Amino acid sequence: MRFPHLAAAFAEHSVQVGAVALDRDHAITLAGELLVASGRATPAYTLEMIEVVQTHGPYIVIAPGIALAHSKPSGAVLETGLSMVTLAEPVVFGNAANDPVRLVIGLCAVDHDGHLTVMQELATALSDDDYVNSLLNAVDNEGLRSLF
Amino acid sequence: MKIIAVCGMGIGTSVLLKMNAEKVLRTIGVEATVEATDVKTARESRDAQIILTTADLAGSLTGLPSEVITIDHFFDLEELTAKLSDSLL
Repeated sequence: MRFPHLAAAFAEHSVQVGAVALDRDHAITLAGELLVASGRATPAYTLEMIEVVQTHGPYIVIAPGIALAHSKPSGAVLETGLSMVTLAEPVVFGNAANDPVRLVIGLCAVDHDGHLTVMQELATALSDDDYVNSLLNAVDNEGLRSLF
Repeated sequence: MKIIAVCGMGIGTSVLLKMNAEKVLRTIGVEATVEATDVKTARESRDAQIILTTADLAGSLTGLPSEVITIDHFFDLEELTAKLSDSLL
């Protein structure tokens, strides 16, 4: 296991391989539903994540093909956690530099600094192109989770 | 010197940006503190020399005394190094 904090943040039922998303909001919704399925947030958090993009624009596409969907700490967050969706077909988020998106990560945090060790590992993992490709090439959910 | 990394909410993208900016500053030998924050807090800030953010958010951060630097690829240390070096060295 290369990333113990990521392994803990990605709970059971928090990943989905080869999902079909019709558009940006649908892709964010899929990541939100996994935070709900894995017990980390309530459905209200999914709506909050969509509102962030509607308010601030598609800045959450932080690198080519990678979106980090998130809102802020709120009553809709049960526990700090992550979710991950790999998309069967890339989806345009409207981010000129980094479209289209193939990997959507959902993030919820209970406060502003309790998740920094997780973010450190996430930054290290996503900086490694080979590792990102291994995430994108995972063939099933268990295979994807086993990479953390 | 103070640098702030800004995203809409202050917990996700700005934290990743802060971490990589700190890495780059160490490499180019610049002493600075980097804080991750949200757009609203950043707009009230007057003491940051540089604001690091994304193209989508830069429009919300005009009219401040800080220099605004936009980053496209958060994990591309070469882009961060080039843009921070241009400003600081």
